[in-house]
Amino acid sequence: MSLGVIMLVHTDFDRAEQLVRHWADAGCPVVVHVDSNVAQATYDRFEKSLADLADVRFSARHRCEWGTWGLVAASQEAATLLLEDFPDVQHAFLASGACLPLRPIADLRRYLDAHADTDFIESATTADVPWTVGGLDRERFTLYFPFAWKKHRRIFDVFVRIQQMLRYRRNIPEGITPHMGSQWWCLTRQTLDAILRDPNRQTYDAYFQKVWIPDESYYQTLTRLHARKVESRSLTMAKFDYQGKPHIFFDDHAELLQRSKSFVARKIWRDADLLYHKFPLPVDPVSADDEPVSGAVDRVFSQAVERRTLGRSGLYMHSRFPSIDRQTNIAAAPYAVLQGLDDIFPEFQPWLTRQTGAQVHGHLFAKDRAHFADDSEVYRGGLSDNARLRDYHGKMFLTNLIWNGRDEHHCFQFGPADTQEIRWTLAKDTNASIWVVSGAWSIPLFASGRSASDVRAEAARLQRTEDKFLKVLRSPDARARIKIMTLAQFIEAPMDVLQTIIDEIAGHRGNALTEVPQMADLTGLPDFLQDLKNQGMHPFLTGDITTGNTQPTRSLPRRKPYVISGK
Amino acid sequence: MSFLTSYRLRWQRKRWRARALRKGRELQPVADRTKNIAPKDVLLFCTFRNEDIRLPFFFDYYRKLGINHFLMIDNGSEDDGPAFAQEQPDVSLWRTDAPYGDARYGVDWLTYLQGKYADGHWALTVDVDEFFVYPFCDTRPIRALADWLDASEVRSFGAMLLDMYPKGPVGQTSYERGDDPFATASWFDPGNYFMTQNKLLKNLWIQGGPRARSFFATKPKQAPALNKIPFVKWRKPYAYVSSTHMMLPRGLNLVYDQQGGEKTSGILLHAKFLNTFGDRATEEAKRGEHYRKGQEYKTYAERHGTDPDLWCQWSEQYINWRQLEVLGLMSKGNWA
Repeated sequence: MSLGVIMLVHTDFDRAEQLVRHWADAGCPVVVHVDSNVAQATYDRFEKSLADLADVRFSARHRCEWGTWGLVAASQEAATLLLEDFPDVQHAFLASGACLPLRPIADLRRYLDAHADTDFIESATTADVPWTVGGLDRERFTLYFPFAWKKHRRIFDVFVRIQQMLRYRRNIPEGITPHMGSQWWCLTRQTLDAILRDPNRQTYDAYFQKVWIPDESYYQTLTRLHARKVESRSLTMAKFDYQGKPHIFFDDHAELLQRSKSFVARKIWRDADLLYHKFPLPVDPVSADDEPVSGAVDRVFSQAVERRTLGRSGLYMHSRFPSIDRQTNIAAAPYAVLQGLDDIFPEFQPWLTRQTGAQVHGHLFAKDRAHFADDSEVYRGGLSDNARLRDYHGKMFLTNLIWNGRDEHHCFQFGPADTQEIRWTLAKDTNASIWVVSGAWSIPLFASGRSASDVRAEAARLQRTEDKFLKVLRSPDARARIKIMTLAQFIEAPMDVLQTIIDEIAGHRGNALTEVPQMADLTGLPDFLQDLKNQGMHPFLTGDITTGNTQPTRSLPRRKPYVISGK
Repeated sequence: MSFLTSYRLRWQRKRWRARALRKGRELQPVADRTKNIAPKDVLLFCTFRNEDIRLPFFFDYYRKLGINHFLMIDNGSEDDGPAFAQEQPDVSLWRTDAPYGDARYGVDWLTYLQGKYADGHWALTVDVDEFFVYPFCDTRPIRALADWLDASEVRSFGAMLLDMYPKGPVGQTSYERGDDPFATASWFDPGNYFMTQNKLLKNLWIQGGPRARSFFATKPKQAPALNKIPFVKWRKPYAYVSSTHMMLPRGLNLVYDQQGGEKTSGILLHAKFLNTFGDRATEEAKRGEHYRKGQEYKTYAERHGTDPDLWCQWSEQYINWRQLEVLGLMSKGNWA
């Protein structure tokens, strides 16, 4: 006989009975502590159900409220009884009614026999671990906590605040350094005995009674005074969520639990019949000496925490709804907004698709309808091309489009003739890269063949709208990658700009430009713009367009340099 | 301001509760088995009318999830549905012939029963054509979800209504009594939902899906709301405000995270679009008892005759909850 168990029980007594029997069957004496909140009748029934087991004791009952001293008092009481009544016990294992042994208990006993001098208790100093929830780490040892956090949250908070304001600090008893960790430990008789018989125990007990969550720090701290060899880890596998609440294991975790090779796991769901039936596993000599490996379990549960705290960027749904306006990453993936290029190159959209393989949409926010890449009425995810439905919630039209197609790079054309409500969203999104050739709206007007006096009003309107968009893009709040050039600047060296766009969209898959899109015929554009000026409408966004720079360019495509671009 | 608002909402809630007590008198017990309800039972609340064809699968589905007791209200059915429901050993049935619209589309009756029987229980409130899907629902019973929510100190659980439809004209399906409706109506829109926050009650107002796309594209404001809070750890003072879309006290409406994280959430698969739909739409448009005098049904009747085809090339075929999770229509959140 080397291993004894202290079991704290407060509910689900049929499961507790089952667990006590597992331990007892393996030859471990068990001291059971039942919460004094439990009705006497229930307690009597439970005690009676275990009456046939010789090595099971019931210790005096304490009230065990979460985070209070009662839990420590209960384990002290039970530990004293265990050490007195069972002199053979060399290791004491603290468990709860929801701690299920996974491996044969014989494995655990062998393991402990091989580590006869070792105390298994997770114990770390508060300065070094960010485990605590609620911001109280060091302070849980230096303030008073006479109120229960669960029941009297408000008084608890106020009392903490008052002490903080008064800069009150308790003195930590001499000789101890506060440590904390999982409350489920396995200590050697020698250490446990030394803690219970410590001449200063009264001082320590008095101190820890007013510490917050003493069951996570009492043994963890005092073990450091007496232990010969501390292994700072718990033999009980327990996972905690982001609020510090234990994760619960269900039937479908059976395989995960088995692979973890842990000796004991908690918390097991009360109705997880399969787990209670399957574990502890039968003795298997092949794996009897395996060390626990909790990697897979860790991964599953840390993914859950990540999902709960960070979520999937760019997804807006009924349980994730961060304010779109306060986000920096609005859409789920990078995308490009191109303004003016399709005016300059009539065949721009198919050309860009060929060059990059991206999803190149037309004017998604056109007044008549959304022009999707395939020009369909319904696009990926079931997005309708209906302009009214789109404009009803333009932001989510955009975020939905990108989320649904986040495996591809999306680009779309934009312009002053489109619905403009989306412009702040575009400007604020770090995932957007926005390319504007300002004044390009003049080309379709010019190409329409109408006279300057006919199109004057429309030109003025387009220019005003574009100017507003540019102001948004130049505001300090704009976070998108933004490149603005005038029409005049662009037609000086169009291929350089196109190459940059393609490199950015296609990344390493981009090729050097082999095929140059056909530019609209700009002969006569300077005269047209001059006519507009003569009408009193100065197209200042186009830059200085002269006859010289509207001649068809004959620059050779630049060869792509060998540069590793980062996409 | 916030004090005044909460005071106003408090009175609103009390008014709904008082109204429910009044309307509760319209209910006559047909089969009262509520004494069988055990303290930890998960309850289901439902109002129905002429749903005999759907009831068998409905009971099967929810029994498999682990619902312990059904509290059903028969609103003037003329078919065999009530007789069938009455025979079920885990069903308590009430009957009323009072107008559905006057009882806030059944909410008053449900609030009355919930206040009386659901205090301290997890209560699922659904329609006969709504089927609750939550993370791990294929391996964990609804009690596991309830226990986990209790342990996490969460009081309410959100689910979005997901309209399911067949491939081809809705009227050409042939749904038989007891069939799984999702054998034919197995398609849904994966990514065209949009939402805004209700500043007063804090709930999200979600619209979209095939109905917005096909019927309401030109008047999106009228598109039906899809946000639902069907699963609640009920307390006497609670009340649904409008269908199961939102609740008071309004803290219960915060089933979503606003900092970027994802709360655990589910889906209500909506088996509305079956061959039963055409007759229903015509009938309900005439009856005018539904929300906004059945405006929604009138739109259906006008728009596509009564035989719409909602399928498009981007429709997804339903497989399981994991698929919905990957698509971003629901979330495991912190539950693993």
